Amino acid sequence: MLCQECEKKPATLHFTKIVNGEKTEFHICESCARERGEGIPGTSNGFSIHSLLSGLMDFEPAGGVNTIGAKPQQQLRCDNCGLTYTQFSKMGRFGCSNCYTQFGSKLDPILKRVHGNTTHVGKIPKRTGVQIQIKREIEELRRELHQRIEQEEFENAAQIRDRIRELERNIADV
Amino acid sequence: MSKRSYVEEALSDWMRGNGPDSDVVISSRIRIARNLSGHPFPLLATTQQANDVMEQLTSVAESGKLNEHGQFETIKLSQLSELERRVLVEKHLISPNLANESRSGAVMLSENEAVSIMVNEEDHLRIQCLYPGFQVKEAWGLANRIDDIFEEVTDYAFDERRGYLTSCPTNVGTGIRSSVMMHLPGLVLTQQINRILSAVTQVGLAVRGIYGEGSEALGNLFQISNQITLGQSEGEIIENLHGVARQIIEHERAARQRLLDESRVRLEDRVFRSYGILSNAMIMDTKEASQRLSDVRLGIDLGLIRDVSPQVMNEMMVLTQPGFLQQVFREKMTPEQRDIRRAELIRNQLQRKTDHGGV
Ligand SMILES: [Zn+2]
Ligand SMILES: [Zn+2]
Repeated sequence: MLCQECEKKPATLHFTKIVNGEKTEFHICESCARERGEGIPGTSNGFSIHSLLSGLMDFEPAGGVNTIGAKPQQQLRCDNCGLTYTQFSKMGRFGCSNCYTQFGSKLDPILKRVHGNTTHVGKIPKRTGVQIQIKREIEELRRELHQRIEQEEFENAAQIRDRIRELERNIADV
Repeated sequence: MSKRSYVEEALSDWMRGNGPDSDVVISSRIRIARNLSGHPFPLLATTQQANDVMEQLTSVAESGKLNEHGQFETIKLSQLSELERRVLVEKHLISPNLANESRSGAVMLSENEAVSIMVNEEDHLRIQCLYPGFQVKEAWGLANRIDDIFEEVTDYAFDERRGYLTSCPTNVGTGIRSSVMMHLPGLVLTQQINRILSAVTQVGLAVRGIYGEGSEALGNLFQISNQITLGQSEGEIIENLHGVARQIIEHERAARQRLLDESRVRLEDRVFRSYGILSNAMIMDTKEASQRLSDVRLGIDLGLIRDVSPQVMNEMMVLTQPGFLQQVFREKMTPEQRDIRRAELIRNQLQRKTDHGGV
């Protein structure tokens, strides 16, 4: 999204300003923000930085998904908690963990916008996440295997290949 | 230990003002958001469903599984008056959000108030660890271990691709919010604060006022926290915050030194003027109190004021908040009455500390 002021640089600051209950959204770049003295704490009449987050919660990506698909979007509803996608975009909150699956395909642009990313790389639950742990280990070993082969370290590569096979058997067993 | 002491005693560990780098960093906090799989999030849960979650989670504390991290007490929000809830918010032990949602909310508090585990806030479970000074990594270590204890006995909502599933998409992934509360009068006075804070927001961190969203940064206090929870590991998130905070600490110290070197008299004037006003004023609103307390705290940290301890300052920053004030004086007050009581309390505190040569 381009800065709405200069229309040249990408907007990095997103504000939601609420005056008398009326919501206005701003998407501006760093240098325009500085020029206008807005968005930076300590300046008078400026927005405070904590409103940045609510600015990030402006869910529909530029262009608006809703207008593209017209009506079928209205029907999207979580069959576990009953939350509709429209309700979700208004509240900015999911109703249950199942919503993540139900709204699956539409989430990537939102997550990308909020986090710059769509995939978890952090902690995995120890007890219930054993399978995932093993899968991650296999992925890592595969990367290493490639490297070894490229560097023509075939003996090492063979060992890694055996370890991968062993882990894959473990997954099949669980 | 009863809920009374959490409400009545002003001093949590984090307020003692004795952590590492405590001349700049007031406190370090980690919060982890978790949900139980199969249960609707608190926002949509019926009272029955919310109560089920509460029972399941509070039973972990009651089973003694948390014992190695302290003595825990479970307090149901419905047991607390509106004022008591407000006091817990001012002590940073619960979030404003939980204080408002008293229906099926609960908090499990450790005796030293370093750990507070919130139930049925926006998410089913929010584990918070609050340490004095600059101890983000230590706080994460503890929060992580407590998370493991809950994970042993409950099924978390977790997805291979999205990570820990949370009510709000801004928390999904690691579910971790790490933050440091920094006192930055030097950067404010030398007018470097805007530049630094805008740089901070460019590396994926957020800056907020003392009571989080919806409040302004009073008394030169800034909370810096991670904004991204997905696509980075917990280690990376904490390392990023730690590195940036470390740099801000150095900038703040340099700014303070510059003030001492280049405009010592003006700085002293500001500090002692505020000290004089705090010691003598009869009416003091929250905003002025925060600013004056900030000046005096700076004076203490620079060695200009030697007979008041930083602990007294941290304590007063909490004590002079509206909820606490009404708790201390045991009466419901109008804002104007509060301003008078606030001034009285500060005068007494400073008087007492000077009489006994500090704490
Ligand atoms: Zn611009
Ligand atoms: Zn749902």
